[in-house]
Amino acid sequence: MGMAITEKILAKHAGKEKVKPGELINAKIDTIMLHDITTTPAIDMLETHGMDRVFDPSKVVVTPDHFVPNKDIKSAEMVSRIRKWARKHKIMNFYDIGKHGVCHAILPEQGHVLPGMTIIAGDSHTCTHGALGAFSTGVGSTDIAAALYSGNLWFKVPPTIKFIINGKLPKGAYSKDIILTIIKDIGVGGALYKAMEFSGSAISGLSVEARMTITNMAIEAGGKNGVIEPDKKTLEYIKKRSKGKFEVVKSDNNAAYFEVKEYDASGFEPVVAFPDLPSNGKTMSEISKMEEIRIDQAYLGSCTNGRLEDLRIAAKILKGNKVAADTRMLIVPATTDVWKQAMEEGLFRTFSEAGAAVSTPTCGACLGGHMGVLAEGERCISSTNRNFVGRMGSPRSEVYLASPAAVAASAIEGKIADPRRYL
Amino acid sequence: MAETLKGNAHVYSRDDINTDEIIPARYLNSDKEEELAEHAMEDLDKEFINKVKGGDFIIAGENFGCGSSREHAIWALRGSGIRAVFAKSFARIFYRNAVNNGFLAIECNYVVKKVKNGNELEINIKKGKIKNLTKKEEYKFAPLPEFTIELMEAGGLLEYIKKK
Repeated sequence: MGMAITEKILAKHAGKEKVKPGELINAKIDTIMLHDITTTPAIDMLETHGMDRVFDPSKVVVTPDHFVPNKDIKSAEMVSRIRKWARKHKIMNFYDIGKHGVCHAILPEQGHVLPGMTIIAGDSHTCTHGALGAFSTGVGSTDIAAALYSGNLWFKVPPTIKFIINGKLPKGAYSKDIILTIIKDIGVGGALYKAMEFSGSAISGLSVEARMTITNMAIEAGGKNGVIEPDKKTLEYIKKRSKGKFEVVKSDNNAAYFEVKEYDASGFEPVVAFPDLPSNGKTMSEISKMEEIRIDQAYLGSCTNGRLEDLRIAAKILKGNKVAADTRMLIVPATTDVWKQAMEEGLFRTFSEAGAAVSTPTCGACLGGHMGVLAEGERCISSTNRNFVGRMGSPRSEVYLASPAAVAASAIEGKIADPRRYL
Repeated sequence: MAETLKGNAHVYSRDDINTDEIIPARYLNSDKEEELAEHAMEDLDKEFINKVKGGDFIIAGENFGCGSSREHAIWALRGSGIRAVFAKSFARIFYRNAVNNGFLAIECNYVVKKVKNGNELEINIKKGKIKNLTKKEEYKFAPLPEFTIELMEAGGLLEYIKKK
């Protein structure tokens, strides 16, 4: 029996010919990403244990992104500590405010993600980077500390579920709708402890940016990692951003999968995940039969859908339209480069003429941190990835997850709206 | 690590209890266990912190701890006095964080049906036994994997690595 991509990458990094699902291994880590929330506890642990070192500063990438620009003294102290620590340990790749961005958007954008790599971060959406054919997964602060010190980390090799999505996505349906449809189908624990490998003509038809939306949400189905085999588009994406050496890893033809699930994307529709689970998806046809759902806030941003392509999609819909009177729209470009590019392309003018507010990169609102927190009784349609109770603020607020197109259409109508009307 | 642990059960039988409920992100600008503990389970049960006594247990359904990678979820629970969580299954990052911290996260399929809120339990970790002292029943769970025990006995992942 052959191995799936995830098994192959883990085997190589553990110095083994072959690994099997369930096996406990110790793997070399190629990139450790640090952001503001989970890093200070890791630094504390290393100092307390007298282990204050970094195995290889060139393999660490830092960007404060959650509570930035710092919202209060505590967050400012947190980031200030990370800055000092990074200086002390000569961490070169520090994307401080002004160069910063939402971590999972900045890492691939700046060329820190290459096929075949192992990448960890103290953030559950680290699975995003699998879109470039890497093994990437979220861990806690203790793991971050252990990896910073030793350059290795223990893993249980996950079994892989292969998702084959063939067919052409209809107009108005995007990669966000692919992943919301899959999570709707398998549930928030549907891929618990497992690798999710995505393939098929619908996936290869997507841009690399759009693929990241899919792997980003693997964790919302309980997945350990999401992964997509690199193709020509992946290699072109990387060539523009990195000179690093890498090896393209692909699944063996006779790889043993835990399960294979097939979908036909040509039947997909725009989907909105209702509160309070990402699996609670309803299609636009289902929604059209429901009573209208008024919204107070439309949020476009995050590691799921705050990239340039997402902003362009929303701008196309918003152009010549206005955000509804009783609704506010927030647009948060995911990284400094996305921000600059969006400005140069004139997208900000479109947003501002439509009555939307544009912010500097941050992922504050996605987790109820700052810059878009919801009050009691408020409802938000959001391009983010998680809609648990109280996720964006008050435990008595509601979050609906959707594609950037559906977020923009809903902002215009002040209620959950079908983006297909605007395309 | 003591072999037997005694405490009361706090049953939240729902599936998919997530890290935003265990410790809301609005408190994540602190990583101090005592500060986090004040807000443990706040969005699920406002009274939680007043009800928990040191050494108690949480009993829950599937996919406990899903969502964020925040280890603060473990620290908030541990700070509140919770000694172990028994659930039908755990989200993997939560489980991993528990192992790395030497905090007991134990998979147990049917306990959630048997144990009632407030039942007094006595746990034997090594033998994989739960005695329900209130109902005079006994349940079994699969003993923890060897690696998990090793990490716990070392005092967590960092101590384990340091010793190697």
